[in-house]
Amino acid sequence: MGVASYIKDVTDTVKSVFEGMSITFSHLVRRPMTIQYPDKIPVPIQETLPHRYRGILEVDLDICTGCLACERVCPITCITIGIDMNKETKQRDFSHFDIDICKCMYCGLCSEVCPTGSIRHSQEFEGASYNPAGLVRHFAPQPASLYKPKKGGETDPKLAVKVDIGQKYLDEFATPDGGAAAEEK
Amino acid sequence: MQAYLDQLMQGGAFAGVPREVVYAIGMLLAAFIVLSAFVAPLAGVTSWLERRVWARMQSRVGPNRVGPQGILQWLADGIKNLLKEDIIPTAADKKLFSLAPYIVFMGFLCAFVVIPFGGHLIVADLNIGILYILAVTSLVVVGILMAGWASNNKWSLLGGMRSAAQIVSYEIPAGVSVLMIVFLAGTLSMQGIIKGQGWAPWDWYLFHNPFTFAGFFLYFTAALAEGNRTPFDIPEAESELVAGYVTEYSGMRFLFFFFAEWGNLYVIGAVATTLFLGGWQVPPLAIFENSPMLLAVAQFVTFFLKAYLWVFVAMWIRATLPRVRVDQLMSLCWKYMVPLSFICLLGTVAFMFVPANGQRITSAAMFGLGVAITIIFFLRVGFQIRQAKPELYFKPHI
Repeated sequence: MGVASYIKDVTDTVKSVFEGMSITFSHLVRRPMTIQYPDKIPVPIQETLPHRYRGILEVDLDICTGCLACERVCPITCITIGIDMNKETKQRDFSHFDIDICKCMYCGLCSEVCPTGSIRHSQEFEGASYNPAGLVRHFAPQPASLYKPKKGGETDPKLAVKVDIGQKYLDEFATPDGGAAAEEK
Repeated sequence: MQAYLDQLMQGGAFAGVPREVVYAIGMLLAAFIVLSAFVAPLAGVTSWLERRVWARMQSRVGPNRVGPQGILQWLADGIKNLLKEDIIPTAADKKLFSLAPYIVFMGFLCAFVVIPFGGHLIVADLNIGILYILAVTSLVVVGILMAGWASNNKWSLLGGMRSAAQIVSYEIPAGVSVLMIVFLAGTLSMQGIIKGQGWAPWDWYLFHNPFTFAGFFLYFTAALAEGNRTPFDIPEAESELVAGYVTEYSGMRFLFFFFAEWGNLYVIGAVATTLFLGGWQVPPLAIFENSPMLLAVAQFVTFFLKAYLWVFVAMWIRATLPRVRVDQLMSLCWKYMVPLSFICLLGTVAFMFVPANGQRITSAAMFGLGVAITIIFFLRVGFQIRQAKPELYFKPHI
């Protein structure tokens, strides 16, 4: 070890400590990023969450096509979908559509593969429950029919709104560069 | 203290009681008052303040529930720890295990005997004051080693051994830095060292010459290492050793170690203030001449603020620097700090031959350098803020 490198070590140490301490001191006068959680703030806490926040999954069953893509892609099989034939209408119906939030690891794969954007992350994160069964979300409490996309766009105005919301979610959130695309808009 | 008791005895108080008994009871009473009225709240509030300062530097809020802005958090923590079960492991050496926290605690508490809070506010102005501090703070290493050994746990033992190696190593740069000031002041007494300095910054030993200026930072770094503070907290490195020598401790015994750690911060600041920053020296204003009480208060406040500034700097360093590795710790001490402190010592000795006029010019120049460094520092802080464009929030409370 030469004298020059020895002196360089000393000056480097002093300089980097000086610089590091100026950075931490500047943090002392910045507003904290976090807030005390149960405190009341002017806006609902969900609105302060970042764009593309991955909260608890929600499903809009009205525009779910029952393609089972989410069930297949889920790495921990927390999504279970049952589809039965309705004998009266000769249509296929959901018998159940359950998501076990206990198991969900919020990877977001299901929302990426969904063709209509019906399964998506909400801004909801407060999932406390007294027992694990309370964390299983039942999205089809009674049998409901599958959504069939129509050629040339949705004509039912009620459903059209929901289809648009799903498509918007797919464009802005459920794509790899979704955040950047949304910000450009 | 002794003079006050003598005065009382001459006034006829404690008639028939042997002199030594009066002294002993008086000393115990003084120790009790210092411990319960000053040291305990100080260590407690320091623990809360450290968590708040640390939180703000990491963009968090910190404890703010118990009392206004969480200022009573330390009381809640203390009561909680008192109520916890005091577990002594079956395989532990029970006597040493129970004794160790008190030895650590005593090591730090004994230092308060010679800390000069004001011109007359000192328990005992020993003529070997600074040597006494170096000696009693080394008692901490006995307690830590005892805790590590008696726990009968590999993490505890490793933590204790590391701590012993660290404290013994860093005694050398700290001691040599202290020696510089002893040479300049010509005395080991804490009050004598303070009286050798003036109230103005350019009369402080910090700005006496370039070597004492460097020596101050060497002393502060070595003192942090002796106090097991981040970035030198490898004895309790939680990523490697769970909690080091405190792994097996619980309840109040656990608290005693941390009590000593936070109280030790103030001792570090107080010793640095005494040696380098002019201690309790206040400007000779006219209002102090007539009222000795006001003078005593002003001296106490001056000393406290100067010492607490360095407590804040220790918190700030803890929020800034990551923990060093064991080999880095040792190379920092033996390869850099020991040679540099000896260079500073020789430089200071050589500087004592400079005539008084030259010394005054150097002091003024060093004071200018200190101001320049502070200004550059705040310019850098401004630069960091401009770079990040954050939302500013200057209030200390949230």
